[in-house]
Amino acid sequence: MTDYAIEAAGLRRTYRSRTGWLRPKVKEVEAVKGVSFTVAKGELFGLLGPNGAGKTTTIKMLNTLLIPTGGHARIFGKDVVAETREVRQRIGYVFGGDRGLYDRLSGLDNLRYFAELYGIPPREQKQRIGELLELVNLTGRERERVEGYSRGMRQRLHIARGLLHRPSVLFLDEPSIGVDPVAARDLRRTVADLAATGTTVLLTTHYMAEADELCDRIAVIAQGELKALGTPEELKHHADGRTVLEVEAYGLEDETFKDIKNLHGVREATLETQGAVQLLTVQSVSDVDVQPSVLARLGGIRLGRVAARQPTLEDAYVAIVAGDRS
Amino acid sequence: MRVLRLIGIGTLMHFKTMSRGLFEIATGLIVPIIQATMAVYLLRAGDEPQNMVKAAVGAGLMGIWSSVIFGSGGAIQRQRWQGTLEMMVIAPRPLALSVLPVTIATGLQGLYTMAATLGWGWLLFGIVPDFSHPLLFLVAVPACVIGLGMFGLLLASTFVLMRNANAVCNTLEYPIWLLSGMLVPLTVLPDWTNPFAAILPTTWGARAVHEAASGGAVWPSVAACLAISAACFAAGALMMSYVERRARASATLALS
Repeated sequence: MTDYAIEAAGLRRTYRSRTGWLRPKVKEVEAVKGVSFTVAKGELFGLLGPNGAGKTTTIKMLNTLLIPTGGHARIFGKDVVAETREVRQRIGYVFGGDRGLYDRLSGLDNLRYFAELYGIPPREQKQRIGELLELVNLTGRERERVEGYSRGMRQRLHIARGLLHRPSVLFLDEPSIGVDPVAARDLRRTVADLAATGTTVLLTTHYMAEADELCDRIAVIAQGELKALGTPEELKHHADGRTVLEVEAYGLEDETFKDIKNLHGVREATLETQGAVQLLTVQSVSDVDVQPSVLARLGGIRLGRVAARQPTLEDAYVAIVAGDRS
Repeated sequence: MRVLRLIGIGTLMHFKTMSRGLFEIATGLIVPIIQATMAVYLLRAGDEPQNMVKAAVGAGLMGIWSSVIFGSGGAIQRQRWQGTLEMMVIAPRPLALSVLPVTIATGLQGLYTMAATLGWGWLLFGIVPDFSHPLLFLVAVPACVIGLGMFGLLLASTFVLMRNANAVCNTLEYPIWLLSGMLVPLTVLPDWTNPFAAILPTTWGARAVHEAASGGAVWPSVAACLAISAACFAAGALMMSYVERRARASATLALS
């Protein structure tokens, strides 16, 4: 019997698309390029990476929805290609967003239908559905059609659906995307409780704070390759020797941003628009104080808060991913 | 027992889903009127006013087939759009058992179409549904629905594989009408079409329904329809497991 809940060894996936009839052009995109990792039983493992990094493709190979074009993967020792049915009995899959539910059915009907698909004995169904509705706080709303549910309610129903058959491994693909902060906090608590009761969880997320709070270990994936793997504390070391300067700006031009990126001592810089405010984050080597030169470049632009701070997991993530691009 | 329960609950849920869409409701109301009108004028033009009951029944059969082909294709496509196709595939049940309720639900919708077409035919054109074997008609129609449903299952495997399943539905709707003799007798078709017609469950289902309505030996046609349906189910189940693997390899279960 294996000690690992999930084993991925040299996983690869290439997508082929064909366009045109008379002279068809075949385009190949290598989405995952030989990813290897293991996840212990009961571990909460995070998979982080930018859009298009190959996170969802990796999850879909592990949960049997895609056949790898190379390498192999096992769930509790069962091969995801050769022993598909055995793997499916042990896993649950929840993804973020509005999709994956029957909108014209009630929440209760969705759960009843999926309970049948997962072969839950009829005498257990009612109790199990009741427990899960309680767990995800949908009791009293279960007879309403899903099309009238908020994003957060849908996401909670997704979680309930994914847990119906008490899976040993739960794949959560960006479950908190588009969910309000309160619902996201509840979701994190539910995920943490699941891991505490022995369920192995593989989570992909864009939210570093979420990964930092929840995950025992994190793998950073970029351009289809595994770039870093370790505990959140270990990953933070990727930003060692750096300091971070945050500046709120209004009307920062691309040219100025490029100038700042090229300043002496600057390692990475990102610009994020939050409504009317632009949040400029500049990572620099610790022994060079870049603040005066950055502020000089921002002369004439209206500024808000300016603060220097120690690096977080997010900064380490940016360092890992940006390091790969450079 | 669990399999029957899955099929029963699955059919109920898919039927609920299909019957709650505005488009489906509008189509269900309008299409039978169009088909009843088309069939009546077709036979009037052919100087066969004595065959009006046959026309109404034929139009009803066309309605059932349209419902199955577009219902199955549409339902699989809709599930791909809404992300539930992946959820069906990832469940530890054979995919054929998850898809079968979809085709049965579309067949049940087709039953309504048959009833509505006969109703409109009576109301608008005064065609009284005076059947030769009224009780056998009630046997022949469900047998025909089963036949069409199982054929739909076989076709649904293609819909799982292809992202543009709707195109297949459009291509298949009229040829199967014609080849099965739903409205036009098979005798008016070229001889080379006979072997194709003979292996379609829809041909025997349509024949059984026509015989129950207008006279003839119903049971042999019902038996042939059910036998070919069983073969379609077996082939559909095998095909479904094959296309599931192909779809996982070619990444066509989801839109992205």
